[in-house]
Amino acid sequence: MLRSVREVWQYRTLLAALVSRDLKVRYKRSVLGVLWTMLNPLLMMIVFSIVFSNIFRFTLERFVIYFLSAYVLWNFVAQTTSWSTACLLGYAPLIRKVYVPKPTFILATVLSGLVNLVLSLVPLALIMLVVGHPFHLSLLFLPLPILLATAFAFGVSLLLAGVCIEFNDVVQIYQAALLAWMYLTPVIYPIDVVPERFRWLILANPMTYLVEVFREPIYNGVLPGGGVLLKAAVAGGLSLVVGWWVFERRSDRIAYLV
Amino acid sequence: MPEPVIDLRDVSVRYVVPHERIPTLKEFAIRWVRRRIFWKEFEALSHVTLRIEPGETVGIIGRNGAGKTTLLKVIARVLRPVEGKVVTRGRIAPLLELGAGFDPELSGRENVMLNGALLGQTRRAMARRLKDIVAFAELEEFIDAPLRTYSTGMVARLGFAIATDIEPEILLVDEVLSVGDVAFQRKCMERMGGFRDRGATFVLVSHSPDIVVQLCARAIWIEHGRVRADGPAAEVVAEFAGVPVPHASERTSGLREA
Repeated sequence: MLRSVREVWQYRTLLAALVSRDLKVRYKRSVLGVLWTMLNPLLMMIVFSIVFSNIFRFTLERFVIYFLSAYVLWNFVAQTTSWSTACLLGYAPLIRKVYVPKPTFILATVLSGLVNLVLSLVPLALIMLVVGHPFHLSLLFLPLPILLATAFAFGVSLLLAGVCIEFNDVVQIYQAALLAWMYLTPVIYPIDVVPERFRWLILANPMTYLVEVFREPIYNGVLPGGGVLLKAAVAGGLSLVVGWWVFERRSDRIAYLV
Repeated sequence: MPEPVIDLRDVSVRYVVPHERIPTLKEFAIRWVRRRIFWKEFEALSHVTLRIEPGETVGIIGRNGAGKTTLLKVIARVLRPVEGKVVTRGRIAPLLELGAGFDPELSGRENVMLNGALLGQTRRAMARRLKDIVAFAELEEFIDAPLRTYSTGMVARLGFAIATDIEPEILLVDEVLSVGDVAFQRKCMERMGGFRDRGATFVLVSHSPDIVVQLCARAIWIEHGRVRADGPAAEVVAEFAGVPVPHASERTSGLREA
């Protein structure tokens, strides 16, 4: 496993090239392109916020921010993991012809999603300004939750990519599962509205903790509690180790399957 | 005795016959319930053992589907064998397919960087080499245009220029390159001849026995995934062609004319 990590490090130039290609294609290499790409999450945030603030009348101050601060993180994990279900197939022409350590492709996908996440913090800040939500010093803590979420997303992506290359209908199954997963994560509701007997479902979900450590500094302006932070760290680390291990065992087969 | 640059020990490669593959989880589940999980495998390489010493020029011949290209892919690490061990020593320039990994939306210049990264090169090294690559490919005027505006010949020229710009220690060539016009083809052959003269190991796969005799000292005849014959090029090629070995001087002159 250490050897394969070192190998991916050797190919870091390729990693950077793949990420920058992804971004160039997405943003069409212009500032307007970047703004345009932010417009989409901004609009979506507005729509979601209006809909959810009116349907769910939780007694939460500035529900928009409560929702959005979790949603951008959720969206990052959902987006990168579902991109990576198709990622290896997209690189099939390459995989058939050149040797490249395979985790590089998955990592590139996750990192380009990470850039998206950072960019989507801009419309989030805009909305915070508009609704008059205070900016706290605790925002400086955000890199850590983002790092944990990236590790988590990378691990899940590795796991999925290895399975999807074998069974391509898992791509659709995962899309459906994602929807259920989102509703099992306290993104649009506070956890205490969940009836006691179902709450274990939410608490068994690693995303609950990852979302929590990201939301606390933004919404409540405080650092997340040690227990929650520990659980989020375990979720990130475990996902990465298990995902990498499973993927590594399958990676020799990948060139045969694409 | 020097260590071999390419060392294959008891290497086997098996593919699952494509129409036998179980492509979806659904089908897998159904078959599992009915206890019908089996598939046919095709043995592309079967217990191949061979050593290639530094500076050798080796031609691989055989009929269609004999396993020649699979052998080359195993040496290039694109395919990992299911059994056996492959050791290579030195920088490999795989000319398996020129321009693998080119992106039509990016400019020629950006593609050079991307392709260099694919071969494990750093960005700085590629930036230094860019001028030579472009000059060799004769693409000075078009290097900033998107690749989709290039002709097939131009793409192939660029691919060849990148792959051979590093001084390779091992050169893997699949079929003789039909790159661009006759003048450019001559240029390619000259460059490859230069590598060979400077001591690079040269492995060439070809359908054409003439070319193998012209370029290689040693030939390996692959049949049904096994080494059928291995020896001096003229002898192996003659055996392959099904004719007895003619007198040495006669042979060479005959081939020169052809």
